[in-house]
Amino acid sequence: MFPKLSLRSMFHGAGGGNDIQWCFSQVKGAVDDDVAEADIISTVEFNHSGELLATGDKGGRVVIFQQEQENKIQSHSRGEYNVYSTFQSHEPEFDYLKSLEIEEKINKIRWLPQKNAAQFLLSTNDKTIKLWKISERDKRPEGYNLKEEDGRYRDPTTVTTLRVPVFRPMDLMVEASPRRIFANAHTYHINSISINSDYETYLSADDLRINLWHLEITDRSFNIVDIKPANMEELTEVITAAEFHPNSCNTFVYSSSKGTIRLCDMRASALCDRHSKLFEEPEDPSNRSFFSEIISSISDVKFSHSGRYMMTRDYLSVKIWDLNMENRPVETYQVHEYLRSKLCSLYENDCIFDKFECCWNGSDSVVMTGSYNNFFRMFDRNTKRDITLEASRENNKPRTVLKPRKVCASGKRKKDEISVDSLDFNKKILHTAWHPKENIIAVATTNNLYIFQDKVN
Amino acid sequence: MSQKQEEENPAEETGEEKQDTQEKEGILPERAEEAKLKAKYPSLGQKPGGSDFLMKRLQKGNYKSLHWSVLLCVDEMQKYFDSGDYNMAKAKMKNKQLPSAGPDKNLVTGDHIPTPQDLPQRKSSLVTSKLAGGQVE
Repeated sequence: MFPKLSLRSMFHGAGGGNDIQWCFSQVKGAVDDDVAEADIISTVEFNHSGELLATGDKGGRVVIFQQEQENKIQSHSRGEYNVYSTFQSHEPEFDYLKSLEIEEKINKIRWLPQKNAAQFLLSTNDKTIKLWKISERDKRPEGYNLKEEDGRYRDPTTVTTLRVPVFRPMDLMVEASPRRIFANAHTYHINSISINSDYETYLSADDLRINLWHLEITDRSFNIVDIKPANMEELTEVITAAEFHPNSCNTFVYSSSKGTIRLCDMRASALCDRHSKLFEEPEDPSNRSFFSEIISSISDVKFSHSGRYMMTRDYLSVKIWDLNMENRPVETYQVHEYLRSKLCSLYENDCIFDKFECCWNGSDSVVMTGSYNNFFRMFDRNTKRDITLEASRENNKPRTVLKPRKVCASGKRKKDEISVDSLDFNKKILHTAWHPKENIIAVATTNNLYIFQDKVN
Repeated sequence: MSQKQEEENPAEETGEEKQDTQEKEGILPERAEEAKLKAKYPSLGQKPGGSDFLMKRLQKGNYKSLHWSVLLCVDEMQKYFDSGDYNMAKAKMKNKQLPSAGPDKNLVTGDHIPTPQDLPQRKSSLVTSKLAGGQVE
């Protein structure tokens, strides 16, 4: 999966056997350094087949890419992703009661499994979730009796013969239309949406509450978790992420700002304030510092495809939990431990509050997450090897293998290494996605989307 | 022992303390960073997870707040007096003409029932995302 253990091969990316070699495939977005706020990518998600890749941005827009059908003759690489559809999902709104602006930034996109010819996705901003239908039109009716081809109506008295209108092919048109709008159910900012395995319901989570919706019903939703204390002075933690179990439609988890994960079973009671399982790693009290709680805050939680494990991302690490064991994670991977000695400045520039996401590969054998300086990290759970790669236009020749990166924590910097102090903390990779079946990954920098794939011989 | 000294004199940086900090950096980088922060902001409270800290987060929608505020209503999120204020602020940002206070005098009023097409659009321009090959505004 990854280069062999010798230092030389780690640096030069030479692999042997079954090691994966990641190559640049495509990059989407503008080259200029002057990034408009609206262009900041805020979410990336493959659909269930991997054929479609959706991105959401701070300007409330959704762009969907579609993978080209593979050219069987030229199998140099898998199909490229090209723009399939783009639409304005959310617009800025004004909350008249509170005199506050509601951002149009798309926080999350989740695809529904495909049931018919059309595709459906849920997109959400801070307050409103929308169900979008994306459908193709490649035929149009022609030969009406009372209408001209350009739509003008014909004078009925001029009609002397009748004909049957027929469908004729036309250029493919992809239309996106909002089918449901789920609004007014969240007082605080929505951080997660997750579609249930029953494909009928989904949950939406804000800082203090989680609601359960039916996809067909927009005028009501059930509150299933409410951690708002009667007295706000007693508030000690907030909900940071939530997800339904991939197979058990009664089970979901939510993570907190204190680094805990609660698993809830909706069969136990209507209001799941009491968890069925509480996942928490005990902390050594002598290690506690001002930053401990902040860096333990979980920014993302994702179930494995198998449903046996879940992964959490906190500021410095990725943890894999076995659902059968609550008292500690089964695996912990350090993403950028060298930042521990920079926490003071990271607090001052607010970077300590950055919310990184994480993702599994299709077989649950590798996990990936982003870091700073446009670096992203992958951890192979079987070989225990990890790799750091960079999303940069410098490596943008298709099929060039990416060179592994290394950060030098302290002391003498070796050649090709980058020192911690020269890392660019404005270049953060918060959102990454892995194709559900193949080794294709989508990595979002601030305003560009990179697509990498493994080398195909 | 050296730890206790630090907690008692958070704002002071004695020579002795500096040496201790250096020693500590090897042992607990987090603690050294904490000391640095407390030296810069002596008024910073003990627990970052306090309720006022979180309430600020709830208002702003994220954790980004350096300064703690005790009162719920004092927040750094931009508040508008009313929707008119909001519209003016938006218009200024976009550097366009201020939206007219009332209906356009050229439009006939009272003669017909307005339809959605007649009303001025709230959002002035929809630019295609650059990811989709949209043009620079």
